[in-house]
Amino acid sequence: MDLAAAPLLEVKNCKQSYHKDSSADLLVLDNVNVSIASGEIVGLLGRSGSGKSTLLRIVAGLLTPTAGEVRWQGKPVSGPTPGVAMVFQSFALFPWLTVQENVELGLEAQGIAAAEREERGEAAIDLIGLGGYESAYPKELSGGMRQRVGLARALVVHPDLLLVDEPFSALDVLTAETLRTDLIDLWMEGKLPLKSVLIVTHNIEEAVLMCDRILVFSSNPGRVASELAVPFPHPRNRLDPAFRQMVDDIYALMTRRVPVPTHTAATAAAPAQDVTFATPLHPVSTNLLAGLIEALAAPPYDGRADLPALAGSLQLEADELLPLGEALQLLGLGLLEEGDIKLTDLGREFAHADTDARKVLFASALRAHVPLVAVIRRTLDERWNHRASAVRFRDELEDHMSPDYAEDTLRTAIAWGRYAELYEYDEEAAQFSLEEEDAAA
Amino acid sequence: MPNIVPPAQAMGRRLPNLWDAVAFLCVLGFILALAHVTPDTFKPLDAPKALEIDLDPSNLPNYALRTTMRMFAALAASLLFTFTYAPLAAKSRRGRLVMVPLLDVLQSVPILGFLSFTTAFFMNLFPGKVTGLELAAIFAVFTSQAWNMAFSFYQSLTTLPPDLQEVTRSFRLTAWQRFWRLEVPFGMPGLVWNMMLSMSGGWFFVVAAEAITLGDHTWTLPGIGSYVSLALAKRDLGAVAWAILTMLAVILLYDQLLFRPLVAWSAKFRFEVVAGATAEDPWLLRLLRRTRVLRLVGGAVGDVLSRIGTLRLGGPGRAAAKPAAAAPSRTGDAVFAVLVGVVVLAALWKIVSYIAAADIGLLDLAEAVGLGCITMLRVMLLIALASLFWVPVGVWLGLRPAWSRRVQVVAQFLAAFPANLLFPIFVYVIVRFHLNSDIFLTPLMILGTQWYILFNVVAGASAFPGDLQEAAKNFRVRGWLWWRRVMLPGIFPFFVTGAITASGGSWNAAIVSEVASWGDDKLSAHGLGAYIAHATDAGDFPRIVLGVAIMSLFVVGINRVLWRPIYAYATRRLTL
Repeated sequence: MDLAAAPLLEVKNCKQSYHKDSSADLLVLDNVNVSIASGEIVGLLGRSGSGKSTLLRIVAGLLTPTAGEVRWQGKPVSGPTPGVAMVFQSFALFPWLTVQENVELGLEAQGIAAAEREERGEAAIDLIGLGGYESAYPKELSGGMRQRVGLARALVVHPDLLLVDEPFSALDVLTAETLRTDLIDLWMEGKLPLKSVLIVTHNIEEAVLMCDRILVFSSNPGRVASELAVPFPHPRNRLDPAFRQMVDDIYALMTRRVPVPTHTAATAAAPAQDVTFATPLHPVSTNLLAGLIEALAAPPYDGRADLPALAGSLQLEADELLPLGEALQLLGLGLLEEGDIKLTDLGREFAHADTDARKVLFASALRAHVPLVAVIRRTLDERWNHRASAVRFRDELEDHMSPDYAEDTLRTAIAWGRYAELYEYDEEAAQFSLEEEDAAA
Repeated sequence: MPNIVPPAQAMGRRLPNLWDAVAFLCVLGFILALAHVTPDTFKPLDAPKALEIDLDPSNLPNYALRTTMRMFAALAASLLFTFTYAPLAAKSRRGRLVMVPLLDVLQSVPILGFLSFTTAFFMNLFPGKVTGLELAAIFAVFTSQAWNMAFSFYQSLTTLPPDLQEVTRSFRLTAWQRFWRLEVPFGMPGLVWNMMLSMSGGWFFVVAAEAITLGDHTWTLPGIGSYVSLALAKRDLGAVAWAILTMLAVILLYDQLLFRPLVAWSAKFRFEVVAGATAEDPWLLRLLRRTRVLRLVGGAVGDVLSRIGTLRLGGPGRAAAKPAAAAPSRTGDAVFAVLVGVVVLAALWKIVSYIAAADIGLLDLAEAVGLGCITMLRVMLLIALASLFWVPVGVWLGLRPAWSRRVQVVAQFLAAFPANLLFPIFVYVIVRFHLNSDIFLTPLMILGTQWYILFNVVAGASAFPGDLQEAAKNFRVRGWLWWRRVMLPGIFPFFVTGAITASGGSWNAAIVSEVASWGDDKLSAHGLGAYIAHATDAGDFPRIVLGVAIMSLFVVGINRVLWRPIYAYATRRLTL
């Protein structure tokens, strides 16, 4: 690897913060260092909202980082880089252009003559397996075919680096798998006019299946938590024990509580110690929580399950399962450790209780472990009319997190509090209130 | 603004068909029938004191109030019309055949053109009383508001989600209950939006309809429109300024007190299960929701309304279990066809006998068509010029979220402002500097309607998907290529919606903008609008009818030949 000395792309000490006038800046990316060499596929693996898509846009030159620098073949990047092409999660095809015209767009922007454009466009379309669809409009194509157009459009400009933003997450399982293997096959055969690929994904298996190197991202703020080399040769076998072990390890990595360096049994036994008013809550439905607790309590798990296996049998992606597990841990109903999820005694009690008892249990867990919910309830108890505006809480949350996070957190607090019958919420008036019998008491 | 809905139009059908002809003949026949009873009502009315206008600005609040009351009376009438006409058209297969094209033609008839008939008709109903004049003014506003509201509601009724319909059927809701529980709420966002467009357009007509000249006589109903026309006659620029200020205040109030809350409120009826991002509530709505007393009052009113809505009127009717495909009754169809035939024949006979009686020759026809072409040229040219200017401006503003919302509010406001109040300033300048009225009266037509183009382009640009913008940036698409491949196709459907509204409005404005006066100086441009206006001044009914008919034909024709195919193309090919 003589090229490794001069990386294709280098991101140094990159910071991205969201500016809010009323308080300090909120960090989205913190001190991120990434370098990509020629000839490798690199995966950015992280939960949704961890800032990995932001990083991808910084690399593409679509966003300028607040601090730090991005170097492309040794030169600082300012604005969209010619050698970088992007494939979008939402495909981002122009609905008014045919497949051929969509693919040719990048060449047109370079001022390439029509004849050459057509030739290269057709070649790219054929390469990606869409020959015959040149005159179709994106509306006429299925999701998988649209993403193939997205790929062809990026490949046709012969970029050195291909950026791929969650390319298969909008597709069904079968289509996604076909596309993945097609892409890897083309890459292995050296048919792609590329030097390197950077894939952003939240799918652990996808990362292990496709990448040579995986950067695991942690959330809030986003930073590279760990870096793993994937030693398996292509084509890879998902059922290979070594492959499974690696997936397991990554699950463990992603469930580790990053800000707490001493992850001992003591801190695990007393969860939610570091939870404050302003800890972001993931919007997790109480129905799903209850369902997960029931599934965990029942055989074959009997209170403890291996996360990848559980994800497989419940048909949930890591990105969906992890927030559930974290919510259980937050509420003291479950524990995450080393890629496993375990029910606590409280969790078992919940599993065997009836609806009303569950609500009582959930309510006390909420008041004990989720300060935001506790504060809302206390405010309502103190007010003479037992009403409080949600705007106030949202504003306070926004001092500590981005508006999107604040919105999610508040929504979650509303949904959980409603389920526990701690308070009522009037969406029209954006107002919390106590239930009548509670208010009278 | 997330709730941009194109103004309701009968899209889908393209080329004029038999039913369009039927509708057109019926409308014309009806107008003629109105006109027929009018000539002998031209005896000078003893001018009652009630019709005197005073230029003292202190009277303006009172005038403004009367103008506003007319607006709301017309709006109420339009709602009533919407709630009866649209369900009838939507639920009866035969009714639909006639009623929908009828609406379409009515939408294209220049309202100001047949002001003279309707005034005469209503004054005849209430001889010697102001009531007739009031009703005539209200009717003029009604005719500018009702059609697109009815269209919008009709479209909602024909696109009711089948699952909700099945729910109402399985729970055996009566027709009345279904109407208030399902049909009205489902149609509410579109209806409110079209009400807003209607109200915006309505100010223009209420101002124009207050001072009506028929033959030698001018009636002035107390109101802002009459105030301005008197100020014009007396060359009082100060009074014009006062009137403009008053109107600004009125529209600001109506916008803040009525429509912002109404639009925000109607958002809750939008048919989506997932809660979308919503704009912040307007202050009045917040006030209503937060204030305990107002909440109680509002709750009480709501209770009464919902009681009325849940009355078991009408019975479940056919709803209970209808046979899958009942063959339409042949006899019913035959009776219906005969009925329509009779009406069409009657209308045809009326038209033919009218033409025979009046001394209108082919020469008159040729003149009117020729003038129509001139006016058409004007409208097209103005739309093109306004587009050249406003499309880049709108795109620039629309891509900057901080600007786009503010601009939308301002553009909506400007669209609502009756541009005819501003005409005097232009006229003054033209008279002052002896400018060519054929050229310089022209911009007046688009003064009030250009905002629809800006407004819609801003909406289109701000709705342009972020990922497409990023893709264009990523592939470094710039300059003219960017406009051609990326932005123009993206905003085109929005632009067409705006251009259709602007073009329709400009045709109507032609009648008041091709002719203008400043004291004794009369300005006139060549065009069909001026032709109708002159005929109205002269009380020459055959020529008014001819002018109005030709103008309607032009508007319907342009809609069918130009706008509809463009709109159909835009929605087919260019929507996301």
